[in-house]
Amino acid sequence: MAERVLFKYIDDPKQHQMDTYIRHSGYSALKKALKEIKPAELIEMVKKSGLRGRGGAGFPTGLKWSFVPKNSGKPKYLCVNADESEPGTFKDRQLMEADPHQVLEGTILASYAIGCNHAYFYIRGEFVFGHQRMAQAVEEAYQKGFLGKNILGSGYDLDVTIVRGGGAYICGEETGLIESLEGKRAFPRVKPPFPAVSGLYNCPTVVNNVETLACVPHIVNRGAEWFASLGPAKSPGTKVVCLSGHVNRPGNYELEMGTPLRELIYTHGGGILGGRKLKAAIPGGSSVPILTEKSIDVKLDFDSVAAAGSLLGCAAVIVMDERTCMVWMAQRLSEFYEHESCGKCTPCREGTFWLVEILSRIEEGKGTMKDLDLLLSICDNIAFKTVCALADGAAAPVVSAIQHFKDEFVAHIEEKRCPWPHRAFDFDGFVQN
Amino acid sequence: MNAAATYQTVEKAGVRVAVLSPATVEKIKHALGRFPKPLSAVLPAFHAVHEQFGYLDEPMYEAIAEVLGVTRAEVAEAATFYTLFPKQPVGKNLIMVCKNISCALRGADNLISYLEKRLGIKVGETTPDGKFTIWKVECLGSCGTAPMMQVNDQFHENLTRGKVDALLEKLAK
Ligand SMILES: Cc1cc2nc3c(=O)[nH]c(=O)nc-3n(C[C@H](O)[C@H](O)[C@H](O)COP(=O)(O)O)c2cc1C
Ligand code: FES
Repeated sequence: MAERVLFKYIDDPKQHQMDTYIRHSGYSALKKALKEIKPAELIEMVKKSGLRGRGGAGFPTGLKWSFVPKNSGKPKYLCVNADESEPGTFKDRQLMEADPHQVLEGTILASYAIGCNHAYFYIRGEFVFGHQRMAQAVEEAYQKGFLGKNILGSGYDLDVTIVRGGGAYICGEETGLIESLEGKRAFPRVKPPFPAVSGLYNCPTVVNNVETLACVPHIVNRGAEWFASLGPAKSPGTKVVCLSGHVNRPGNYELEMGTPLRELIYTHGGGILGGRKLKAAIPGGSSVPILTEKSIDVKLDFDSVAAAGSLLGCAAVIVMDERTCMVWMAQRLSEFYEHESCGKCTPCREGTFWLVEILSRIEEGKGTMKDLDLLLSICDNIAFKTVCALADGAAAPVVSAIQHFKDEFVAHIEEKRCPWPHRAFDFDGFVQN
Repeated sequence: MNAAATYQTVEKAGVRVAVLSPATVEKIKHALGRFPKPLSAVLPAFHAVHEQFGYLDEPMYEAIAEVLGVTRAEVAEAATFYTLFPKQPVGKNLIMVCKNISCALRGADNLISYLEKRLGIKVGETTPDGKFTIWKVECLGSCGTAPMMQVNDQFHENLTRGKVDALLEKLAK
């Protein structure tokens, strides 16, 4: 296995404490940056490292920072996206619970680079423990003088405030997050203007994912060239991959970008439960097209997964074995998008409702062949036609399920029932009868 | 606790306003100091008020609006967007079972049936003694330790029947 970077101390039960973090050379990047590196140089360094956002879109982080206007005369903000609600994803939670100072150090560095004096953490409300750990880290950092006025005598000031969310997936979308921080319903904003120009309180704002920021101290400590040398040239670094579903050893694995899906599932994940056959895997969290067992050799990096017809997204790999009904899977995910659609855009609000209705009737054996065209037509009418990408994510599993497993949909319709035994997915031997 | 829970309110200009504890008011005021605009403190206020009462309702919106110096409509608009805060009293233990894909692949549906059977209630209901409410919820960011559920503030992961039985027994006390 490649060297672990973000997860180097993840199993140390004391890593969340300031003194342990410092003993593991924590905050050395901050000290170095405040003394030796100018904000503009730090942006250049992150650009050169090739770091791409870990929140889903894979946008180059240094480039995003460079879009923040220098002389707008307005305050600048950094929002740390810790809303982690994409089905299949649980990496930011572990990073915050086990190594909160790493995330915080990255946050301070990013704030320094863009000239922000107040950063906001937006942590999903359900992460009570993660919030506790982050809040404790922030308090310790104030005490140590890593936050507050004149940090380490550099003249740079930074406050950090943590906000807990209210249980809405859409608050992870960057402009939804900003609206929520302003105390409003989290209706995403039309872009442009992008947050870098006009975000929180209409001021220049950078929104970054927890894992993205956790990479930054390592880039400062070990250099842009080192980071760029890990994994493929166009999507370098390591990536925390969240593995879930029908595998023997689910969990978070920090792997070099470009690790093959086969190695993830069979080596790290210990193979498929019960030695069964792999049927499908969703590589990037529920909002991306599913892949079949034919794609088992795809490399897990942004460009390779895209070339295979899906997206790396936030690298949450959901594994499904041969018992899994693809209509049921699409129905279950559609229920999520229907529930989480914020209601701002009509195609998404209405479309996700109808996806659930139609998939449910097919699953119950009451569908018709016309329903398949109807599903595709609804997907075509919602994807890429709304203010934010939630609708694209809602369409992706449905379209790809029909594309790869049309025969399963047809079997439901012709046999007037669900022919798959997935209801037997047991919970410790308990099966409803 | 299905019956309308009672808590202290005061009447102001014909409107019922919840009486917040000094600790709750303190938390909201602290949050106010962390933002350039008062409405931003509305989410922290929901958490503080939820902690005091276990749910949110209209007289509480009035009270929050008063502390923040914003309108009741602004508070209600935000509150009704967020599903984390029950809008009416729930059982002492709010069991939120994840039904999303990774948990479903590892038996969440059967976990839910098992809980319903054990507690003698359906999803969305509260036991007559007010001790338990079951909710079905979306992904809780714990997919690698499925199936799982959250009870009030606590995650319970890699659930088995033994674990569920022991937990319910402990919580029923
Ligand atoms: C519906 C939706 C939900 C999202 N949820 C999250 C999330 O929970 N966490 C996250 O970091 N990014 C999420 N994103 C992506 C953010 O909009 C944004 O691209 C990201 O936070 C940028 O950070 P990065 O450049 O560091 O990746 C979501 C996007 C959409 C469309
Ligand atoms: S799917 Fe259940 S916690 Fe993510």
